[in-house]
Amino acid sequence: MSPLRRRLLFGIPLAVAVVGGGGFYTILRRMQDDDYDPHALPSPLLGKRPPAFNLPGVDGIQGFSNTDLLAPPKPMLVNWFASWCLPCLQEAPMLLQLAQMGLDIWGIAYEDPPAQLAAFLQTNGNPYKRLAADASGLTAINWGVYGVPETYLIDRNGIVRWRYPGALTGDVVNNKLTPLFQKYS
Amino acid sequence: MRFLLVLLALLPMLAYAQDITRDGVLLTPGQEARAEAIGDQLRCLVCQNESIEGSSAALAKQLRGIIRQHVVAGDSTRSIMHFMVSRYGIFVLLKPPFMPLTWLLYASPALGLLLGFLGFWLGRMGRIPPPPPLTQAERERLDELLR
Repeated sequence: MSPLRRRLLFGIPLAVAVVGGGGFYTILRRMQDDDYDPHALPSPLLGKRPPAFNLPGVDGIQGFSNTDLLAPPKPMLVNWFASWCLPCLQEAPMLLQLAQMGLDIWGIAYEDPPAQLAAFLQTNGNPYKRLAADASGLTAINWGVYGVPETYLIDRNGIVRWRYPGALTGDVVNNKLTPLFQKYS
Repeated sequence: MRFLLVLLALLPMLAYAQDITRDGVLLTPGQEARAEAIGDQLRCLVCQNESIEGSSAALAKQLRGIIRQHVVAGDSTRSIMHFMVSRYGIFVLLKPPFMPLTWLLYASPALGLLLGFLGFWLGRMGRIPPPPPLTQAERERLDELLR
């Protein structure tokens, strides 16, 4: 066996194992730290303003359009939800808590019959300063919403900085939302 | 009478020419075929491993309707794909486009081939050459030992 061949036979599998192992270790580590989610889809809206829309209010609350999001006084959330969605029910207490802490949250009800929506807000409380209804779901498609709930952080220039699909839990708020909110305040 | 017969004979043609309604949009069979071909290349964001055409999710149905509206309006396949990618990102494409992020993915067959060649070469290099044929003296010694 030539020395070069011996070195290659030993070195190549070792290099593959080291590089692969390092890669997997990093991925698993970051998944554990909630820093990386292989199922997450980056929103094409990040770094941009939301697309043009104009949605009516519902349940006696004023609706809003994309022009109302151009320059909020402080970073705010736009929360897509529906009364028929279970994770929305899950995150309702967290949204209420955030609203009580002074965060501006505007809601868009996704394909939700007004009567059911009203009942949902009656039961779970209403964290929304403004509440629009996307009855057709077409505005949601323009935003790239692929399920409810989805939460968007909009900075003071009206730029979308963060999109979170799924229920806002304490971990998500502490580890992701709070640092971003401080960064963009 | 002959005119009527001709009309009667042409009747089955209607089945081909008739417009159809799919996902709330009225379109010709040709347009429907084009819409299906587009929908087959797009991922349903809800189920993620099904195409928009094959999924029963409500969002997929809505997107099928939108694709058909664009097809009826005469939009190019490219612009319809752009519509989807600008909203949902490249993940919506079942076939990933060739771009820096996917270079390694597309290079992997060539890399695999290279690795195979390397293994082949290493295997050849290490092959021990067959021993030279025995001399007369060796053969005699062998016969003696085997006796």
